[in-house]
Amino acid sequence: MSEEIEAKLIPIFILSRMHMVPEGSTIITAMEYAGFKLKKGVGCREGFCGACASLYRLEGDFKLHGSLGCQTVVQPNMQIVQIPYTPSPKAIYDLETLNAEQEVFTNTYPELYRCLACNTCAKICPQEILVMDYVQAGIKGNLALMADLSFDCIMCGLCTTRCPAEITQFNAALLARRLYGKYLNKKGRFLEYRIKQILEGKFEEGYQELMNLPKEALTKRYFDRELNFNIT
Amino acid sequence: MKRIPYYPGCSLQTKAKHFETSAMAVAEALDYELVTLPRWNCCGAVHSLTTDDLMHHVAPVTTLLRSKEFSAENHLDDSRLVVLCAMCLNVLKRTNKRVQELLEDRTKINDFMYLENSKYDGSTIVIHFLELLREIGWETLSQKVKHPLSNLAVSPYYGCLLLRPKEVGIDNPEAPTIQEDLLKSLDAKVIENPLKNRCCGSYHTLVDKDVVAELGYDILINAQKAGAEIITTSCPLCAFNLDQRQENILKKHPDFTKIPVVYFTELMMIAFDLPLEKAGLDMHYVDPRPLLLKKEMLHE
Amino acid sequence: MIKKILINDASEAFCKKVNELSGETVSRCDQCGTCTGSCPMIIEMDITPSQMMRLVLLGDESVMETKTIWICASCYSCTARCPRGLDASKVAEALRQIKLRQAIDYMHMEDMDPEELKKFPQMVLVAAYRKLTG
Repeated sequence: MSEEIEAKLIPIFILSRMHMVPEGSTIITAMEYAGFKLKKGVGCREGFCGACASLYRLEGDFKLHGSLGCQTVVQPNMQIVQIPYTPSPKAIYDLETLNAEQEVFTNTYPELYRCLACNTCAKICPQEILVMDYVQAGIKGNLALMADLSFDCIMCGLCTTRCPAEITQFNAALLARRLYGKYLNKKGRFLEYRIKQILEGKFEEGYQELMNLPKEALTKRYFDRELNFNIT
Repeated sequence: MKRIPYYPGCSLQTKAKHFETSAMAVAEALDYELVTLPRWNCCGAVHSLTTDDLMHHVAPVTTLLRSKEFSAENHLDDSRLVVLCAMCLNVLKRTNKRVQELLEDRTKINDFMYLENSKYDGSTIVIHFLELLREIGWETLSQKVKHPLSNLAVSPYYGCLLLRPKEVGIDNPEAPTIQEDLLKSLDAKVIENPLKNRCCGSYHTLVDKDVVAELGYDILINAQKAGAEIITTSCPLCAFNLDQRQENILKKHPDFTKIPVVYFTELMMIAFDLPLEKAGLDMHYVDPRPLLLKKEMLHE
Repeated sequence: MIKKILINDASEAFCKKVNELSGETVSRCDQCGTCTGSCPMIIEMDITPSQMMRLVLLGDESVMETKTIWICASCYSCTARCPRGLDASKVAEALRQIKLRQAIDYMHMEDMDPEELKKFPQMVLVAAYRKLTG
């Protein structure tokens, strides 16, 4: 069943070319309306996956804004480009051999120490994260703060695109969160207990049952399940 | 207790944390609380010297602004900003001077920092911890001494950035005495080192450690010839180059004998007889404890 | 040995550029050599600081290829003593910046020993990155 609604068309500029798109569309839907077939640079459409990073400028405003295309409503005469990916070095490391200390960055992301504290990263971040503050926390060796401040990062890469010191902020922050989870975070009281139960085979029978179910039955089971957080 | 804002700088909470903890303990004994700025960033360590490069001044200006906001919001007794590291002192003071004098630069930097809550007006005053001690008075300090350092031959080392350029230096750039005055108030035997304000090689320690070892050798051997048993410093980088690089000095000059290099605040803790857990005497490459034990300044 | 010098528009432009970047006027240098005598890094340098000043004044761009401009650690010993009130450390910085702004780095972090790197206080990395990379 489809319903026809009337929408006012507004002009926007995608890759410098003008398109008339329905008012109230997001950047992603506007681009699709304008005829772009998005295979990359779009994902969950819910603001979580970070695939649709976009840059835009508004009429009469010198500032360059960063946003997620699926979360940003277009405005008249907005200029848009998508930056779906920024080439970013990824350090190879073994968490088991690292410590949650400042020195980890000297061997993984030493360019962190090039930070100018110019705050350009925080200005562009669509998640409004204090990016520069977390980079600085890393330089100071406060990995817990770095993990905490960067928690909302969805790794869209806009900070890395804009950084004058050529830092890969989001990958460094990912390392900090991993180290935080492994070494600094309080251990959950029940986690080890549950892992022990699993290893002892307490749930083996249930697993086997699920593994042998046909897909429809499995789907039904999934949606009929009752959430029960009481741990025995 | 008088509360005064304090800016640590990048190394003061990791590799040089004993400098911070010992300075805080000493300050407390002198009725001062060094209140760490809640939100601060690295100053950049070296002052950018070109006329057109404003980007590198954003970091220190942000810090100066945060300090101003913090001391106003929390009604601190003293609104000046205390620093311990000589490099931070140099960068913060020189940038501050630049934005005080060049209105155009200040405006540009402020416009660039549009996410901040207020504009920086150049009003933060930056002082080194040694200057605060000088203000408190050497007389007052000597009254706090419970454990005089009378049989310890100490040679102070200044390095460059506490003193030069002279418009931001804390003492006479050619013949400084501030550390000597301090050590005298602790009743130490002060040894004059002719190379006390010679450069330690600074960041070259990263790319060319032999150069730094050679510079360090000259500085240390001159102090030793004058009779020094221990060197004091006030900069984490000087401390690293003079202390850690003795390993490299020994490789080039096998006849060299190691000499401990400590922060002046560590000796103050000993003189004031403060609990030494926070002094960080175990954080040095050349362990000062055997010497201090021999001089009966430490209890077993 | 007689060295021929060539002063033309290009060399004048080079000298002017260094003057602008550094904020110093190198023509005020008297060539007294006080900077050279004060410099703690002199043993490591291929030309002296006063030679550096002279080459800039002559607009000789070969000064850019010297080790001297990178070895200067900005200790300001020369600044404190120059009888003409000049700041040779600013001139060295200007020369470094001309190189660095062409994306020619003096230091490459990937050449460093990873174990060695862990020992340094952060300020070493911050300072070296700022002084030796663009």
